[in-house]
Amino acid sequence: MSQTPETQQAKAAFIASKVGLGFWIYLMTDLVLFASLFATFAVLRNNTFGGPGGPQIFNLPYVLVETIILLTSSFTAGLVTISVSRANKRLALVFLAITFVLGLSFVAMELSEFSHLIHDGNSWTRSGFLTAFFTLVGTHGLHISIGLLWMLVMGYRIFKKGLTVNTIRQVTLLSMFWHFLDIVWIFIFSIVYMIGVL
Amino acid sequence: MFGRLTLGAFVHDPITEITIIATMLLALVGVIFLFKFKLIGWLWKNWFTSLDPKKIGVMYLCVAALMLLRGLADALLIRAQQATSVGASHGIVNADTFQQIFSSHGTMMIFFVAMGALFGIINMILPMQVGSRDVAFPLLNSISFWLFFGGVALINMSIIVGSFSNAGWLAYPPLSELAFNPGVGVDYWIWSLEIAGIGSLLTGINFIVTILKMRAPGMTLMKMPIFVWSVLCSMSLVTFAFPILTATLTMLALDRTIGTHFFTAGFGGDAMMYINLIWAWGHPEVYILILPAFGVFSEIVPVFSGKRLFGYKSMVVALVAITILSFTVWLHHFFTMGAGADVNAFFGIMTMIISIPTGVKVFNWLFTMYRGRIRLTTPMMWFLGFIVTFTIGGVAGVLMAVPAIDFEVHNSLFLVAHFHTMIIGGVVFGIFAGFTYWFPKFTGFTLNERLGRYAFWLWITGFCLAFIPLYILGLLGATRRLDHYVDAGWQGFFVIAAIGAVIICAGVGMQMLQIVVSIVQRKQNLVIDGDPWNGRTLEWSTVAPPPEYNYAIVPEVTERDEFWVMKKKGLQKKTNIVYEAIDVPKNSSFGIFIAVFASLFAFAVIWHIVWLVIVALIITILIIIFMLTRDREDDTISAKEVEEIELAAEKNRLYA
Amino acid sequence: MKQVVPPEVQIASRRTLKGYITGFLLSLLFTVVAYTLVQTHLGNGHAVVSNNILTIVIAILAAAQCIVQVVYFLHLGEEAKPRVRFLAFLFMILVVTILIAGSLWIMNNLNYHMMTPEAINKYVEQQSQGGF
Repeated sequence: MSQTPETQQAKAAFIASKVGLGFWIYLMTDLVLFASLFATFAVLRNNTFGGPGGPQIFNLPYVLVETIILLTSSFTAGLVTISVSRANKRLALVFLAITFVLGLSFVAMELSEFSHLIHDGNSWTRSGFLTAFFTLVGTHGLHISIGLLWMLVMGYRIFKKGLTVNTIRQVTLLSMFWHFLDIVWIFIFSIVYMIGVL
Repeated sequence: MFGRLTLGAFVHDPITEITIIATMLLALVGVIFLFKFKLIGWLWKNWFTSLDPKKIGVMYLCVAALMLLRGLADALLIRAQQATSVGASHGIVNADTFQQIFSSHGTMMIFFVAMGALFGIINMILPMQVGSRDVAFPLLNSISFWLFFGGVALINMSIIVGSFSNAGWLAYPPLSELAFNPGVGVDYWIWSLEIAGIGSLLTGINFIVTILKMRAPGMTLMKMPIFVWSVLCSMSLVTFAFPILTATLTMLALDRTIGTHFFTAGFGGDAMMYINLIWAWGHPEVYILILPAFGVFSEIVPVFSGKRLFGYKSMVVALVAITILSFTVWLHHFFTMGAGADVNAFFGIMTMIISIPTGVKVFNWLFTMYRGRIRLTTPMMWFLGFIVTFTIGGVAGVLMAVPAIDFEVHNSLFLVAHFHTMIIGGVVFGIFAGFTYWFPKFTGFTLNERLGRYAFWLWITGFCLAFIPLYILGLLGATRRLDHYVDAGWQGFFVIAAIGAVIICAGVGMQMLQIVVSIVQRKQNLVIDGDPWNGRTLEWSTVAPPPEYNYAIVPEVTERDEFWVMKKKGLQKKTNIVYEAIDVPKNSSFGIFIAVFASLFAFAVIWHIVWLVIVALIITILIIIFMLTRDREDDTISAKEVEEIELAAEKNRLYA
Repeated sequence: MKQVVPPEVQIASRRTLKGYITGFLLSLLFTVVAYTLVQTHLGNGHAVVSNNILTIVIAILAAAQCIVQVVYFLHLGEEAKPRVRFLAFLFMILVVTILIAGSLWIMNNLNYHMMTPEAINKYVEQQSQGGF
């Protein structure tokens, strides 16, 4: 099968456009999933059943640090996209690595917060409020972890194969995914932590 | 080692044991037959690993048909129980068994029969109707089908190993929570739907991108067949409603495994939130089911009235309106849960409003028929049956939209009659209409019309006998899901309903006979040119059965009902066509393997086999990573091969 | 092999560092403002403004930051016609709003028919006096 570069280019462009739209729609569905968890959290927010509520367990400075880490990682994910557009493989890998480290720190901080709560007897089994909290924040953390795994795989592939049609398309989807996760975190930060502490 | 799975899980009451053994013997016979005639390799290569949406569609339909038989068996048992269990008698099964029967009946019919059949039909028709060769993501399509099959496998596994849920088709807490249901039944229900639900979600995304990105050149949105519009709207509902189901099922699963308190009675859980969320999904779900059926009718009525569809634009507006409004009515499923009059009134009004666009569609179909040249073929009969029954059911629905009236009939047999009328009269009749309409396209021969008409009359007679008594019983005060009642005055109605159910089964038998007879008589009923009904849309322009790639030359579209326009202009066979090589997706077994390990994961969660949960999950993730990072290749059908296929079909085709 | 550059990337190459930096700084600003407002409010013993007003302010800041990130990081405004992603985004916002607002309204309203603790106590007392 011999195809002219134009046709190959057109094909690649068409596939990228299909896949991009499909992934975007998937991200919209993931937002509806998070909305269900948010709705549940909102409904159960006062069901502390004698246990602690937001003001008792949320550490605002800690969460601020987490938030800034994740926000910065979203920015560096954008830098990955720019590096890719300039066909700069080395820079793309550098920023991908930074994004990964920041994301990993975020997860580590979150796990630490969770383990402290569990250690104090305030796990998800304590009350409806804590159930909703752990599930909402935990689901976000799970998505972040999947993103980190994706980054490892992508980093390896770009390292080995360079910036090909496939790796460029996939790393673009990865940054979309990562940006979307930071957007969800905005609402967790604001609604769960900031408002939850009032 | 095996969690809570013990040998005791394989032991059941005698009737169930006999059924299991009989089924497994049949399956064994089937497998031996396949081995003997060396069909397993053929099945694997030509069907199971195929990424051709036409083949995937056929597989969906086969599975849906099998599940229909199971669902009907459940229905017969329900009718038999209710016809006999009055006063001193307690019928043929005990209460717990009865609860499992109606739970599996509802679950199977909605998720595996209706959704399966619709996905099957859409897979087969959608690409052809938009002038495309395939869906947007062929591999994802296969994965979706096998995930669907995984859900089917799990729910059928529940009879053999363990038991199924007794908590109804929606498993309300607290009954579905650990306190009242510590066994595996509800877990089977949850995970069967979780697995199948992921498949549905992926299909939704796939079909939307197909419609938006893969239409033939010149086919603007407003030139698409209405069936395609109905699929676009239905799949929009799928993509935006199924995440709610996934979230809610997961929350219930977490309650049942790691001790969360989402819906528990105590510790700050709120069981009513489950009902709120599950119906926020559940209402869009019923519109997901009915919109494609509406689409099918919009294809059939113009063809068999010999007139173009009346009011194309208003049909589109109605579909979009229904799509948006279906997210605003869900509370009407729990008017009696305790909300105040303001909330009930709002949702009651929205429910009445949503009936208006459907009314617009009904009138448009009727106006299409007006002054047309009606041909009462089998598909058209199903449409007429739909008009009558769906209207009755719809009127019952609008009645119940009034909260005060709903307080009387909520959860009565009046409700049961209403939704069966909508689903059977609407969705099932639509599926049958689509099946009989498009069958010749995919097989190359027509179905026996006479037997088709007999099947229709058996179905609609059976349906009326089975469900009109239920409307009356509901108004007399009969609650749903009763395994026993005391008022002997009701029994007469239940007996009539049971007779109706038997007649419906006769209708199904007649449909099976129709297929067998049609296959036997196929040589006399060949569809030479692929256009047996004098159709209007693009799919009728291919030969029957169509080649794997649908269109050798991608059609150029200038009008609605493009094929009709082509025929009016006078079809001309083009000469000197230069055929190009066509890429078709290579076969792939990724779908099967992902579904196998995802289902294994689910099975392990159900039975609390911790090591298997972890292993199956890791393997599933590894398979997905491998699939996403492999080097991709397509198969190519060379230009020469395409030419040979097309020339062989040429003499049969009306035009090229 | 000649590098094939898909449209995703071709559009990206028109993107500058500027957009991402703007988005980043604005998001940082909104985050820090929300945080400072809450900390100050807590420090003043919830005195200066009511909890409700602060809640609304934080919600608005969150929505604003969301828009910033959707525009600057996810490039929502740069789509060519037909603007399908934008439409999908709008429909998602609609569904999410209905789901969350609707659930809150419904679940809150379910208490409409619930007796208050005082009424329950009174009823129990009545019953125990009257006997069954």
